[in-house]
Amino acid sequence: MSTPIVEMKNIEKHFGSVIALAGVSFSVMPGEVHCLLGDNGAGKSTFIKTMSGVHKPSTGEIFVDGKKQAFDSPRDAMNAGIATVHQDLAMIPLMSITRNFWLGHEPTKNFGPLKYYDLKKANAVTMEEMAKMGIRLREPDQAVGTLSGGERQTVAIARAVYFGAKVLILDEPTSALGVRQTSNVLATMDKVRKKGVGVVFISHNVRHAMAVGDRFTVLNRGKTLGTAKKGEITAEELQDLMAGGQELASLEASLGGTV
Amino acid sequence: MSDLAVESTDERVKNVSLISRLMKRPELGALAGLALVTIFFAFTADPKMFSLAGFLNFMTPASQLGILAIGAALLMIGGEFDLSVGSMVAFTGLIFGAAMVTFELPLYAAIIVTFMVAAAMGAVNGQIVIRTGLPSFIVTLAFLFILRGLSLVGLKAATGGSTQLRGVREKVEGSWIADFFSGEAFTPLFYWLAENGLVDTFKSGKPKVDGIPVEIIWFTLLAGVATWILLRSRFGSWIFASGGDSSAASNSGVPVRRVKMYLFMFTACCAALVAILTVMDAGSTDARRGFQKEFEAIIAAVIGGSLLTGGYGSAIGAFFGSIIFGMVLIGLSYTNIDQDWYLVFLGSMLLLAVLFNNMIRKRVTGER
Repeated sequence: MSTPIVEMKNIEKHFGSVIALAGVSFSVMPGEVHCLLGDNGAGKSTFIKTMSGVHKPSTGEIFVDGKKQAFDSPRDAMNAGIATVHQDLAMIPLMSITRNFWLGHEPTKNFGPLKYYDLKKANAVTMEEMAKMGIRLREPDQAVGTLSGGERQTVAIARAVYFGAKVLILDEPTSALGVRQTSNVLATMDKVRKKGVGVVFISHNVRHAMAVGDRFTVLNRGKTLGTAKKGEITAEELQDLMAGGQELASLEASLGGTV
Repeated sequence: MSDLAVESTDERVKNVSLISRLMKRPELGALAGLALVTIFFAFTADPKMFSLAGFLNFMTPASQLGILAIGAALLMIGGEFDLSVGSMVAFTGLIFGAAMVTFELPLYAAIIVTFMVAAAMGAVNGQIVIRTGLPSFIVTLAFLFILRGLSLVGLKAATGGSTQLRGVREKVEGSWIADFFSGEAFTPLFYWLAENGLVDTFKSGKPKVDGIPVEIIWFTLLAGVATWILLRSRFGSWIFASGGDSSAASNSGVPVRRVKMYLFMFTACCAALVAILTVMDAGSTDARRGFQKEFEAIIAAVIGGSLLTGGYGSAIGAFFGSIIFGMVLIGLSYTNIDQDWYLVFLGSMLLLAVLFNNMIRKRVTGER
């Protein structure tokens, strides 16, 4: 197998006396969806913030394309090709899809005082990139506020991929979505994977993870409980690992079904 | 990839008619308002109001307000307010007057100094807002008083006790730069038109209107440039983004602080331009210059479709909003209606505009 795009080894992160991460190892290969599962408070957020350069790990090493790297800021991580799509999406509802798509990277024509925003090109590229993700826009200058949650998620993903992300971290992209929109986002992830981008899919929904994941890592109380490949593990087993097993099993029995 | 194919194969494109496209423009409200006001005066006012002289008559105060309103609109789109623009007019008027009369600088130097002082004061406003994170409403409210006070103190110091500084006109005379900031433009054109009987003339053969007041030219130019910046430049996108959601904008790599800083400086420079234009026109400056103009400028911007919460608005809208102001202010004197209805109008227009803007915003974002 080839080298992982990003490999994190024995990451520990302490906030004062609190140990948020206690030795987490995680890697992303090109063209795979690696699901990071964990219940609330398991350390998922701390971990992805470490991966995207917001936090510096207390101990542990980060390798990008096999080379050791230290991220001092989110900018560094972005330059290394690690893009994060946060839950709040960093989008501006009153602005058009095109303007949001290109925000901070606007294409310009001419130079000096005559330099202008090349909206023609921007619109065309936006339409095209969105179409590749399976979303037909009515018009590229419609406001992002008119899009559904799933479509916004797709704009954010398409934007990150277009601007050269090699690893895409998706922070609970399906948590606030309905069934149909969720399946759209999962389909988008599949398209991104086929382009050779490594996707880190953070979720606490086992079914969503099972639908697209190639590998699964469960985080519990700041530790990884191992990584499993697709087909090696069942949904029930993952659920148990996330919740710490026993208590949930007994709760499930009393509720008479899958939680 | 065939980008055109994508567009042409999407059958839903046809559903977007011109009307619904127009309905989403922020300046729609101002245009509708302008049409209403025009119809109102067409029925009630002396027809002279809509002659060329009458038109220039209401465009002149509209322009003086409009230059401020365009600055205010850009700043509002960027998510901030400047309540100090009115006082800034008085303060920069003092700086300009003092530079000309007290320090006897040449006109070009006085203009440069005035703009530099304005930009510096705008930068101070901006820095305080950005660094402290305080609402710009409060910070610039403080400067509303500080600058008005400084104007009074400064005027007394410069004149030895008076709040009016005279003698600017005498110093200005003979400078070619003065033609850009005072009087009328295109005068030869109007004489030519008069000779050929194309405009109204006095009995002597002189045209009744012998040029377009320069403030109207500045106002129109500024509206054009500001609109171009907003809609066609990268910086314009950054203004909308900074006002729409500043943290999302900076996460996307927009230099939000720098954008806001420039906007505060631009707004202050607009005030300085108005100060220079009006001081040269009057030949003197006084402490009441620009009094309450900050509110009128913000109202004109709001009528023009700018949202109080930022991230949405238009410079062309502020342009029309200011013309509405000018029309009502001057137009009432062409009618039998009491002039003081102006204030009633001002308040009602603001209220209507805010309601209308909320409706438009919901349309744009498709809130259901």
